[in-house]
Amino acid sequence: MDWMETMLAGFGRRLISNCEQTGSLVLLFWETCKRIKDVSWAETFRQMARLGVDSLPIVLLTLLATGMVFSIQTSREFVKYGAQASAGGVVAIAMGRELCPALTGVVVAGRVGAAIAAEIGTMKVTEQVDALRVMATNPVTYLVAPRFLACVLMMPVLVVFANAIGNLGGYFVATYYAGISNYTYVHSIKVFAETLDITGGLLKSMVFGAIIATVGCYKGLTTEQGAEGVGVSTTASVVLSIILIFLSNYFLSLLIY
Amino acid sequence: MAKPLIELEQVRLAFGAKTVLQDVSLAVEKGETMVVIGPSGSGKSTILRLIIGLLKPTAGRISVHGEDVASYGEEDWNRLRKRMGMVFQYSALFDFMTVGENIAFGLRQHTDKTEAEIEAIVLHMLERVGLAGQENVMPANLSGGMKKRVSLARAIAVQPDIVLYDEPTAGLDPIMSEVINNLIVQARDEFGVTSVVVTHDMDSAFQVADRIAMLYDGQIIAVGTPSEISRSTDERVHRFVHAGRETAANTEEDRHEAQQ
Ligand SMILES: Nc1ncnc2c1ncn2[C@@H]1O[C@H](COP(=O)(O)OP(=O)(O)O)[C@@H](O)[C@H]1O
Ligand SMILES: [Mg+2]
Repeated sequence: MDWMETMLAGFGRRLISNCEQTGSLVLLFWETCKRIKDVSWAETFRQMARLGVDSLPIVLLTLLATGMVFSIQTSREFVKYGAQASAGGVVAIAMGRELCPALTGVVVAGRVGAAIAAEIGTMKVTEQVDALRVMATNPVTYLVAPRFLACVLMMPVLVVFANAIGNLGGYFVATYYAGISNYTYVHSIKVFAETLDITGGLLKSMVFGAIIATVGCYKGLTTEQGAEGVGVSTTASVVLSIILIFLSNYFLSLLIY
Repeated sequence: MAKPLIELEQVRLAFGAKTVLQDVSLAVEKGETMVVIGPSGSGKSTILRLIIGLLKPTAGRISVHGEDVASYGEEDWNRLRKRMGMVFQYSALFDFMTVGENIAFGLRQHTDKTEAEIEAIVLHMLERVGLAGQENVMPANLSGGMKKRVSLARAIAVQPDIVLYDEPTAGLDPIMSEVINNLIVQARDEFGVTSVVVTHDMDSAFQVADRIAMLYDGQIIAVGTPSEISRSTDERVHRFVHAGRETAANTEEDRHEAQQ
């Protein structure tokens, strides 16, 4: 049973290092919150613009596809049971509450979180982060805070677009493919969906934005010297962000709905 | 005699179980250029990082500008750092900014100077380092020697009292090294800058140094004027200082081998 011991020991080590890492992440999050008052708004807007440009197309594509397949699976079945009056509402609620925030989070983690980790990781290994410190500039204020704010503020904007296109996709499939009338579908959304279905999702997406930026910056700032350092950080930031997004999503859903 | 501007007393530094600096004591007087020589991996960069607070000593005392920095947090360090500059080995220019923005960085962050004043300083600095007209170029498009000079311009743009140079001539051709050496000497002569230069380029060391200190096995084994160091009877110093000069072999590896 040697392999089992090896495996358990491996898991144990992973667990300990994960705990330490979580501690450091929370510390970075806390320090960022403290320094946000000194943030450069010009830099924050620059980051927001970049984040939007980088991720809006792929968010739109992802959620259009998601809205369409979700509608294939729901609208058609609902029609079978004579429940077409619920189809639009179900798609809208699922999109607003869960699918849009979570999938946008995943897409932004892969796109923007990875870019943040790579960019700051490169600065770390080329001593640019040290150069900042030497020039009496705090890297958290200068690098982390603007990216943090940009992610927190832009995620809900992206999710609004995601909802729009997701529902549009759902609508097309339902009307062209499942034979539900325009009126029935739209009316169903009006009847079933509430404001909280959207705003709850937007609130969640802000938390996801905070996770993506904090993890990306943390992985960047702790990048190890050496050729593979930046690549390792980039991958690790995407993996960790996605895990934390799904974990926190569960608790946020419990809390909000 | 006035108190040294930079002083390390019995400084020890370990990364985990690995002790890099055993017991380093070094005093740098105001206005002098102190060159620290030693084999690569001996901890020269580490000494600079200690002096500017990027690392904390495991034991021992460090003072900068007469202030004991042992207990200094970031705020205190930043007050001191506004009067210090550092030229990193690989320049560490901000790659998302133009050359001009790099040089202007410290001025924009920490002074009330107008944009017009800052631009005038940037242009003047570029001229000093022989790079006039390059202000709008991105660092990625510069050669190693040009990056070094921009880095130097960035470090001295805020008119610091102390400048730290990490291998300023490493990897440069002899002509470019000469240019950099002259700039280091000029900074001292014209602005009274106090410098610590870390290098294993002996030509550069002898050209810019008021005094030379040799780091070996985690300790400073010799300090003196260039001629004192040159005449040193200590076997380790003698071999290091003369290795590259007697043979044509001028590379770091060869010197390192000469050590062993
Ligand atoms: N952050 C660090 N963590 C662990 N070891 C380090 C770190 N920085 C430097 N070292 C080690 O300390 C020693 C001295 O490094 P350094 O000061 O860069 O030497 P030098 O500049 O003289 O070439 C080297 O062996 C290096 O591997
Ligand atoms: Mg070094």
